[in-house]
Amino acid sequence: MSEKVVEMKGITKRFPNVVANDHIDLELRRGEVCALLGENGAGKTTLMKILYGLYHADDGQILVRGLAVTIDSPKAAIALGIGMVHQHFALDEKLTAAENLILGTKQAKTVLNMKEIREEVVDLSRKFGLEVDPDSKVYQLSEGVKQRIEILKTLLRGAQILVFDEPTAVLTPLETKDLFKTIRALASQGHAIVFISHHLEEVLSISDRIVVLRNGKVVGERLARETSQAELAQMMVGREIEQVSRLKGGETARPVLEISGLCALNDKKLEAVRNVSLTVRKGEIVSLAGVSGNGQKELTEVILGMRKATSGKVIINGKDVTNKSTKAVIQQRLGCIAEDRVGWGLMMDRPIAENLILGLHRSSKLSTKTPVTNFLKNQEIQQYTKQLLERFDIRGAEPNAPVRLLSGGNLQKIILARVLSQEPEVLLASQPTRGLDVGATEYVHKLLLELRDKGIGVLLISEDLEEIRALSDVIAVMFRGEIVGTLSAESATSEKLGLLMAGVKETEAVKQ
Amino acid sequence: MKFPFRLEKAPPPSMLRRALLPVRALVATFLAGAIPVMAAGANPLQAYYTMGVGALGDMIAIAEVFVRAAPLMLTGLAISIAFRAKFWNIGAEGQLYAGAILGTLIAINFPELPPWIHIPFMIAAGMLGGALCALPGILKIKLKIGDVVTTLMLNFIMVIFTSYLVQNVLKDPFTRWPQSPPITDTATYPILIPFTRFHLGIVIALFAALVVGYGLIEYTALGYEIKAVGSNEVAARLAGINPTALTIKTAIISGSFAGLAGVGEVAGIRHHLIATLSPVPIGYGLTGVVIAVMSGLSPLWVVVVAFLFSIIINGSQTMSRLTGVPIFLSEIFQGLALGFSLLFLFLDMYRIRRVR
Amino acid sequence: MQAELLGLGFVIAMAAASIRIATSLMYATLGEMITERSGILNLGIEGVMILGAMTAFITTYATHSLELGVLATILAGLAEGVVMSFVYGRIGSNQHVWGVAFTIANFGLAYYIYRLYFGGTAGIMSTIIPYSPVRIPLLADIPVLGPILFEQYAYTYVAIILFVIFAFVFKYTIWGLIITVVGDNPMAADTAGINVYRTRYIAVTLGAIFMALGGSFLSIAQFNAFLFEIVAGRGWIAIALVTIGNWKPMRCLLAAILFGFIDALQLRLQALGISQFTLAGTAITIPFQLFLALPYILTIVFLLMSSRTADYPTALLTPYRREE
Repeated sequence: MSEKVVEMKGITKRFPNVVANDHIDLELRRGEVCALLGENGAGKTTLMKILYGLYHADDGQILVRGLAVTIDSPKAAIALGIGMVHQHFALDEKLTAAENLILGTKQAKTVLNMKEIREEVVDLSRKFGLEVDPDSKVYQLSEGVKQRIEILKTLLRGAQILVFDEPTAVLTPLETKDLFKTIRALASQGHAIVFISHHLEEVLSISDRIVVLRNGKVVGERLARETSQAELAQMMVGREIEQVSRLKGGETARPVLEISGLCALNDKKLEAVRNVSLTVRKGEIVSLAGVSGNGQKELTEVILGMRKATSGKVIINGKDVTNKSTKAVIQQRLGCIAEDRVGWGLMMDRPIAENLILGLHRSSKLSTKTPVTNFLKNQEIQQYTKQLLERFDIRGAEPNAPVRLLSGGNLQKIILARVLSQEPEVLLASQPTRGLDVGATEYVHKLLLELRDKGIGVLLISEDLEEIRALSDVIAVMFRGEIVGTLSAESATSEKLGLLMAGVKETEAVKQ
Repeated sequence: MKFPFRLEKAPPPSMLRRALLPVRALVATFLAGAIPVMAAGANPLQAYYTMGVGALGDMIAIAEVFVRAAPLMLTGLAISIAFRAKFWNIGAEGQLYAGAILGTLIAINFPELPPWIHIPFMIAAGMLGGALCALPGILKIKLKIGDVVTTLMLNFIMVIFTSYLVQNVLKDPFTRWPQSPPITDTATYPILIPFTRFHLGIVIALFAALVVGYGLIEYTALGYEIKAVGSNEVAARLAGINPTALTIKTAIISGSFAGLAGVGEVAGIRHHLIATLSPVPIGYGLTGVVIAVMSGLSPLWVVVVAFLFSIIINGSQTMSRLTGVPIFLSEIFQGLALGFSLLFLFLDMYRIRRVR
Repeated sequence: MQAELLGLGFVIAMAAASIRIATSLMYATLGEMITERSGILNLGIEGVMILGAMTAFITTYATHSLELGVLATILAGLAEGVVMSFVYGRIGSNQHVWGVAFTIANFGLAYYIYRLYFGGTAGIMSTIIPYSPVRIPLLADIPVLGPILFEQYAYTYVAIILFVIFAFVFKYTIWGLIITVVGDNPMAADTAGINVYRTRYIAVTLGAIFMALGGSFLSIAQFNAFLFEIVAGRGWIAIALVTIGNWKPMRCLLAAILFGFIDALQLRLQALGISQFTLAGTAITIPFQLFLALPYILTIVFLLMSSRTADYPTALLTPYRREE
């Protein structure tokens, strides 16, 4: 057994609504890849943020190399040899790679000698096999290269303990392979590695030891070679995962959403959506599969009228809404469940009732037709709100209570309630179950299938292959802004999907 | 530099606590305000007492409190509506003058119109002036600080413009004072309480705040949209609200109320357009910011807080005369009141916890 | 009258005056630029300036020492800065409105203390003997450039040197890099081990000291008294100047000098007794008030123009919290 580098004992962290870490014990050893496995919200990132000094534990003790330490800031963590590669890269996009790398290091003298720094960066990247051009501006780089810079940052500061927080979330399968190579090399050089993830396959592939967290507690620890996906899944979730049954899809009906030849640029003026064509029909779920960051966000924004399409068309219910206002798009009966649910969907400081009527506040049901003033019919609003709360089984909620008192799952329901109560004919759902527990996820899946059966066309954008396989009639795969392949549900095997997501186009896949 | 404190998200405050924001801020202001008073060698309790007596001592003084409160509640209302939509209108001062200018143009002409036509006409012109002056603030759509800087600059521009007008084009031919010709009798706000300056504009201001302002925010779809866009612009957009159109409407409404304040000062008190309608250095436009925030952006509380500051501002003269405390205490109070209001709003959201 | 306006002498005088009169704006703009690059918008500039003006004046009046006046101003700016940096850094929300609160409070405080010290002696304006411009021998003898650049106040020389220093700091030193990253992505800075709060405290406090100095220039150099309207909106203009200068030191300096030019022009017209003049060859009469209003009008115009290419610190106005 190799030596213990880090011991976390009895770590507890409480937030106002939840206990994120509940007396957690964790050991990290030299040369070992230890995975922290759990669903979203299980407490994995919180625990590591405590180790890195970003959070302050309410209880517990941390020992590094046998000595009890207090880590009250990242600076302290870095001094102890702890480094963290964050899920959302902590980089200043306007600066160069080299400038980002020397920030906060001892090597940086007061007056910057960029030549020296450049040389050091090149040296380092060669040493660890992480090629990076020191003078490149970060915003122009791919996610994989940005991650390399993040890793180099930790190594430059002499990190012996490396924490990777959901590192594969934004990588293609090919980039993931490279990352795993790097991790194994680092482990063999004696670094202690923590790999945070909720991906069973990856965790089994890369780790030596797996610690499973659920609801803030450690529920079990296994050696990777002594366990299986099924056992881990059970530990993560606590009960049998239900298979969502899917009925056979309907026949060709009329299209409700047609996207043809759509092109758009992202915020850095680079091409993000390239000649995308896609059709969603009535009573059908079309999934757009792909790792986040391949243009899905920009595509969503173009459909919603929040980003300019440089060419191509968006047609909803036969009406051309390309580059029209969001209002025009909504008027064509398109509803949207955004990836950033709270940020795009909820008014956190306002009461539940106000959140539920957003979008319907000018309808004749809820307001008078008087010009200019449109008085709100407050009684009807109260009634309507109560009805919705009941229909969607949102318990313990009063119409006039502030919405931010509700739990995450209930917040999701409020958004669903609101979007669906407007009876859309097309639903755009982007990562609808991200961050939800198993129960809430099942609920959403059932709901989406119900909507499909009622004749609503659904465009589902998701990273979760299992979800996509369970729900879709048609699967399109997006990679680097292009649709690289469209498969019917029956012919979509994991292998085919994986290849497409890595950018291997359909024709080439056939050859393989 | 390490502080032994951590900030934590606190549970949301009860309705009561939120509603009492003006009271809490007021108490804190009076407590903190005791320090400058004592530095001037006076007794705080005595100073506050003379302030109150000065402002409320007799019928005429009380009427003056109402007179001062009218423009205050209008600018406070204007700003509270704007702030609800996150339209940072710091330019109520300029809008006030713009309203005064256009209102005066109507008021010094058309003597043949009966008052019940002339006055509404003048009011409409004033509100138009204020609205136009507020519109450039929609630059915020393109630039982060577009609304703040634009409306701010217009404060200075409008004062200079007014000064120019009353010395040139709109000069009163009969005196040497820099003022416009007098407004006609038919455009003058009638005095409602004899032997005082209590004029119609005060009733109009109360109506604007308590009925129009409150009604708009709480009971109309437009008011709802203002709140929605201020709370979460993206969510509002996704619900079919056009944030740009909403910002424009907000600017118009906000500017109109400020313009109305300008009309009130001309038609109710000065009867001429002058370049000093609003106090210096802190005019009704900036005091309006204090009033708006301290009221929690609620039109009802705006009225109450406007009266409060009217008492403070009016009473400061007497206080200064009787106790030797400089009259500028009222400005210090305004700054403190705004600061404490913001502080308490913040503390309602975050708790400070000691760390071992 | 119009012929007089065209000679080389006039141009030199105007150029020199532009730089001289821009001095107050220079300090304010530099201070706000540093503050904003760390991600914080400080709208209280006007208030700090008036406090600086009052402090410098009263200290000089009481001690008969201009240097002590400057020292007192620096201390006042320091005190202001500490309070402001705590509010903006730790509280951080509603920066716009806090700026207004600081402005109002500072105005009240400045006038209050002034009145307390001098009593209500209306009509009698207290004055001091202000700084005089310092002529740098040899350099001032260079034709044309000499009188423009080398017959300025010590304040002005210091200001320009400060701009050069900070241009260097931001381009070539680690401190400049740290401030920049804190303003663009504070989370990135935090995880790299940088103390985000401390960086912002320093930036805001330094900014406040410069702003106070900008105000003090008005009362103990450019003028010789503390007039109530002495700052005249310069603090607000500085905010726009930072945007116009695209948050880069030398461009901000140029922007300040440009506005100094407008101010100088307006003062010159006033001194010549011109209340309006006719554009040569046309029938358009321009009232002198237009020049009074010109800085504010131009601010809006420039803001409109620069909105397209604004290169603002990405995290400007967003308070940083570790989401504890």
